[in-house]
Amino acid sequence: MSQKEQEIKFISGNVAAAYAARSAKVQVISAYPITPQTTVVEKLSDFVDSGDMPAQYIKVESEHSVMAALVGASIAGTRTFSATAGQGLLYMSEMVHWAAGARLPIVMTIASRGIAPPWNIWADFTDVISQRDAGWLISFASSHQEIYDSVLMAYKICENEEVLLPMFIAYGGFVLSHTSKPVIIEPDDKLEKFLPPLPDEKGWPHIFIDPERPMMHGNLIMPSGFYYEFRMKIHDEMMKSTHIIKQVALEFEKIFGRSYGNGLIQEYKMDDADVVLINIGGLALQAEQAVDELRQEGYKVGSVKLRHFRPFPIDEIINIAKRVDVIGVVDRDTAFGSPTGGAVSSECKSALHNTGIDTIILPIITGIGGREVSVEQQKEEFKILMKLKETGELPKDMIHGTLWDGVLEVK
Amino acid sequence: MVSLKELQETTAEELFLPGNSTCAGCGLELALRWAMKALGPKTALVAPASCLNVVVGLWPKTAPNFPFINMAFAAAAAAASGISAAFKAKEYKFPGKVWGKMTSLVFAGDGGTTDIGIQGLSGAAERNSDILYVCYDNEAYMNTGIQRSSSTPHGARTTTTPFGKQRFKKNLPAIVAAHNVPYVATCCISYPIDLYEKFKKAKEIKGFRYIHILAPCPPGWGFASEDTVKMGKLAVETGFWILYEVENGEFKLSKPSKKYLDPSKRRPIQEYLGIQKRFNTLSEVGLVKWQENIKNAWKYIELELELKEKSE
Ligand SMILES: Cc1ncc(C[n+]2csc(CCOP(=O)(O)OP(=O)(O)O)c2C)c(N)n1
Ligand code: SF4
Ligand SMILES: [Mg+2]
Repeated sequence: MSQKEQEIKFISGNVAAAYAARSAKVQVISAYPITPQTTVVEKLSDFVDSGDMPAQYIKVESEHSVMAALVGASIAGTRTFSATAGQGLLYMSEMVHWAAGARLPIVMTIASRGIAPPWNIWADFTDVISQRDAGWLISFASSHQEIYDSVLMAYKICENEEVLLPMFIAYGGFVLSHTSKPVIIEPDDKLEKFLPPLPDEKGWPHIFIDPERPMMHGNLIMPSGFYYEFRMKIHDEMMKSTHIIKQVALEFEKIFGRSYGNGLIQEYKMDDADVVLINIGGLALQAEQAVDELRQEGYKVGSVKLRHFRPFPIDEIINIAKRVDVIGVVDRDTAFGSPTGGAVSSECKSALHNTGIDTIILPIITGIGGREVSVEQQKEEFKILMKLKETGELPKDMIHGTLWDGVLEVK
Repeated sequence: MVSLKELQETTAEELFLPGNSTCAGCGLELALRWAMKALGPKTALVAPASCLNVVVGLWPKTAPNFPFINMAFAAAAAAASGISAAFKAKEYKFPGKVWGKMTSLVFAGDGGTTDIGIQGLSGAAERNSDILYVCYDNEAYMNTGIQRSSSTPHGARTTTTPFGKQRFKKNLPAIVAAHNVPYVATCCISYPIDLYEKFKKAKEIKGFRYIHILAPCPPGWGFASEDTVKMGKLAVETGFWILYEVENGEFKLSKPSKKYLDPSKRRPIQEYLGIQKRFNTLSEVGLVKWQENIKNAWKYIELELELKEKSE
């Protein structure tokens, strides 16, 4: 139940997510199994049913009910947690929007997988990207430790009264969910210093269930009512949450000694870089290895890990663009029919619009449906960027202006 | 059984306040008012998409004088399960306060119950979630303009069954009872004392409880708004709507329905169907089907009672 000493456990990314929920003293859990998230559900069942974690765990019959249950539990003023993936996230979509509309600080990890058909259970962030306009903060974790740490940070960000929005922490299915690495599990005294206290008896400031203060939530509102304003505030406070995210990352570093850049992005060897590759999730970490190897060969390359997709780190992208001539933006997701076909590159491009910066953005899509992306391949991506910088020459075989890297030859 | 007069005196306080916007003669309103009299203010109500979502008042006005959460159409049972779990978590953290005494209540229409919400409902029943799930049954999707539901009876015209529905009403109380939950009951708004007492009983039971209330709807069924109570009475007196309880698996026919075990005591079903416009295209064959259906429904009741007698 309690964690007196710091412990280093050799665990999978999923188990790290479950440990994080335990460390965060989550009060109500609901989840439904789906590959590759299942071991989160299983580990949490162990924790709760063995009495190790004094939480309520509602084992519902579907993902729609998962989020409905957490919406109910959160409205009633408790700290809540869930985990899902792919089809599960799509199935609960109605309630995903509900959670944000009701401004509930629910935290959910996503072991991202490809969307069917055909069935696919491997790393692909299209699932979480599909919920990008729901009003959830969206972050990506690139390591086992980062999964654990991000969940802790998430509660501090989301429960901040200036934010009060839910958050996804996405990581690649199997790549992180099913491989094992040492993860530091923090002790209670440090956690207490970092985490906000659990909600008190009164619950959240804006929504509660209390017979002494009977409240109606969510009744029909006319177009002349405040619906419009409520929606505007979700955007406004989501945008402003960049400051809270930065603050929380700083505090996290101070207490636990692990740095996640400024919270929104994390740079690697960017100081003198000529070109940079921006990645989400595990590929960002792997790209750092590619950077190291290329630097030994004399290439001045750098890497950026995009930690948050919502809110989108506009200022950070502009700042990067000011420092380099060419940026490769890698999507492990698809946004069909969008300007680039990838969500992250489309938004990076839009971030630079009207800034007068003429840095070239090369959109890259890779690793779809868990297709392997090797370090060699990432090194090649860097070399393509170098070539683009030096000769202005675009790679061959671009599709609608985007490099689909690693795509099989289709006859 | 308490008298209605005594009841009215002891439960004078209304928790569902005047000024709400139900139609005149709304059966749902009677159901909710009497249910809340029995449950009291320590109740958190979850209402999925339905008439109830709308009649409580347009934001920022509100008629319920107790915690009331509007919810997505399919999500009521799970949301109430979440609220119930949160109350347990709060009771753990703040022991001895009100949280251990709260009732988590769903008040859903027949569409939200027998159609889109049945999965979540079945899940909550199977888990034995500590909630009271109430279906107010007006036998169609009224909020969206009278479309058929699984609970619409045979022959009834709706906007999606313009020539009358072919299939019969889904027997949801029986489906829920098959989940072996602690309590299932049927009610009708025309029998408020029976309804009140069933809610009082349900309130004290832990685990999953289900109450299915027949709630006549003047515009949806096509009858005059002053006839709502009469309509409910006829439903029971013709033997179509049977009032009973299943408590821990034990079946009990409720007092108002007892005498209709004897078929000769039942009023002819035409008396019920004939005064509702929705049945005015019902054929002779349809009428015979109705009669057969009622006979069969009572056969099940007789079987239940026989089983009970044998086990005693
Ligand atoms: C997911 C979803 N599908 C459809 C609707 C539209 N809708 C709102 S209420 C309703 C019918 C409700 O019928 P019932 O549950 O019987 O309640 P009543 O209106 O009859 O009181 C429908 C179809 C919705 N709100 N959400
Ligand atoms: S349509 Fe029927 S159920 Fe709905 S408010 Fe009117 S009378 Fe009541
Ligand atoms: Mg209805």
